Amino acid sequence: MPFGLLKFGLSKTYPARRILPRQQDLKSRYDVVIIGAGGHGLATAYYLATRHGITNVAVLDKGYLAGGNTARNTAIIRANYLTPEGVAFYKESMDLWRGLSDEFDLNILYSTRGHLTLAHTDGAMRTARWRAEVNKHLGVDSELIYPDEIARLCPQLDLSKHVRYPILGALHHPPGATARHDAVAWGYAEGAARHGVEIHQHTEVTGINVSGGRVTGVETTRGTIECGQVLQAVAGASSLVAGMAGLKLPIKTIPLQACVSVPLKPFLDPIIVSGSLHVYIWQTSRGELVMGGATDPYPLYSTRSTLDFKEGLMAHILELFPFLSEVRLNRQWAGMADMTPDFSPVMGMTPIGGYYIDSGWGTWGFKATPVAGFRMAECISTNRQPDLLHPFRIGRFESFGQVGEKGAASVGH
Amino acid sequence: MKIMHCPLNGPRNIQEFVYGGEVRDMPADDASDTAWADYVFLENNAATVVREWWMHAASGFWFIAERDTRTDEILRTYAPDDAARTDAKTGDA
Ligand SMILES: Cc1cc2nc3c(=O)[nH]c(=O)nc-3n(C[C@H](O)[C@H](O)[C@H](O)COP(=O)(O)OP(=O)(O)OC[C@H]3O[C@@H](n4cnc5c(N)ncnc54)[C@H](O)[C@@H]3O)c2cc1C
Repeated sequence: MPFGLLKFGLSKTYPARRILPRQQDLKSRYDVVIIGAGGHGLATAYYLATRHGITNVAVLDKGYLAGGNTARNTAIIRANYLTPEGVAFYKESMDLWRGLSDEFDLNILYSTRGHLTLAHTDGAMRTARWRAEVNKHLGVDSELIYPDEIARLCPQLDLSKHVRYPILGALHHPPGATARHDAVAWGYAEGAARHGVEIHQHTEVTGINVSGGRVTGVETTRGTIECGQVLQAVAGASSLVAGMAGLKLPIKTIPLQACVSVPLKPFLDPIIVSGSLHVYIWQTSRGELVMGGATDPYPLYSTRSTLDFKEGLMAHILELFPFLSEVRLNRQWAGMADMTPDFSPVMGMTPIGGYYIDSGWGTWGFKATPVAGFRMAECISTNRQPDLLHPFRIGRFESFGQVGEKGAASVGH
Repeated sequence: MKIMHCPLNGPRNIQEFVYGGEVRDMPADDASDTAWADYVFLENNAATVVREWWMHAASGFWFIAERDTRTDEILRTYAPDDAARTDAKTGDA
């Protein structure tokens, strides 16, 4: 009923919830400047303000609020990684995730669905067993299961032996979850702004001023800002922004594509991932199937979509769920993933005084939004690398101290 | 379908090619660990026209492409020059 809606919209009884205050002028100086208003930058600002009392902070973004990979990801949250360093880190993130709706007083639609990583080869079974043991040791709920149990959890899967890659087993991770990606960014932005943090959209950082080995400010499309501390949290643009500060990173920017189908009646509870087939699929509460795969085969600074991606993805999705062959796609899109050679992030202190980095989030960084913000805020306020972030330090490659997470992250998000 | 021009085989579907990374000089044998770590792990990852190694998978032929990493436009492809090829053949392994 359109008039009813209009009356509701104009009524003073139900004022619209305004997430951000109106945009102010830029000040000439802040204590901390955060480059990138994606989930990670906003979460850091939020925890700086709420946990460390640091509120003279500006978050700058060249586009609109959380319009980068935060807006483009497929929202899978899990902690079933392979390395002890990674598992401990993502576990802390999941503990934070569960409290966010309460903390924000905003429903982020955190939904525990269970997560199945299918194994089609002996090698994949071995990795699944390995991950299950590391996970359990660190208190993360994961178990290797076999087709009888898979059939109980997801009877829609084609578990027959007469396909090209029969399913031999799966790593079952019951706490695997999804959340509404925009709501997470809004929750952090609103909370940070309420504590006095300024969020400036359409403000691009074009240069970083360093003097005597310390950062002194940033150049922007709206003028120069002085500050004592700078965090870059710019995902696909990590190398470009780090380059402004004279830093070189172990990162390639590679597109990652995804798509959703038209809405269907609910039929799929768990999140299904197949590392061997390079696909994943889950169903949203609106009924759409969210589907994605591995990154594009080569680097590119662009968010274009390709037919190659869809063809490759669908061929494999139909091996798992042949009955989806008549279902139409609704939308297709891409984001620019900041890929590291060991599939782990690059975080924390840098060789430049007062300059901090949160990068290398590739295809796996949405689930890390709370812990990255929480620990980067600690890193900035104490000016030391938190223990949890030590494995992910920027200098690890020089000492060949990679944190090889590939077995857990090559396709699974 | 995106087409790449292979210097040996002519125009082919991009899916027939494998990306091999940016063309860079290998450090000297006695270079520091830092120089080697830089060569092995660090990337320029520039948003501009970049010279890259590519291979035509079906024929195993390696060549160089100049590609704009902002638009994905392939400007030029050519076989590695003679000097580079002799180096590769005679270089002490
Ligand atoms: C298709 C796809 C699916 C994914 N699926 C998952 C998943 O299921 N689970 C998971 O955990 N992860 C997933 N990811 C990864 C995840 O999306 C990212 O790692 C995460 O969102 C990164 O957040 P961020 O805040 O660091 O970056 P972003 O959200 O990209 O924010 C960076 C911001 O920096 C801004 N910026 C860049 N340059 C400048 C500049 N010079 N000045 C000012 N601002 C600048 C950009 O405009 C942008 O808003 C996926 C990614 C993609 C692309």
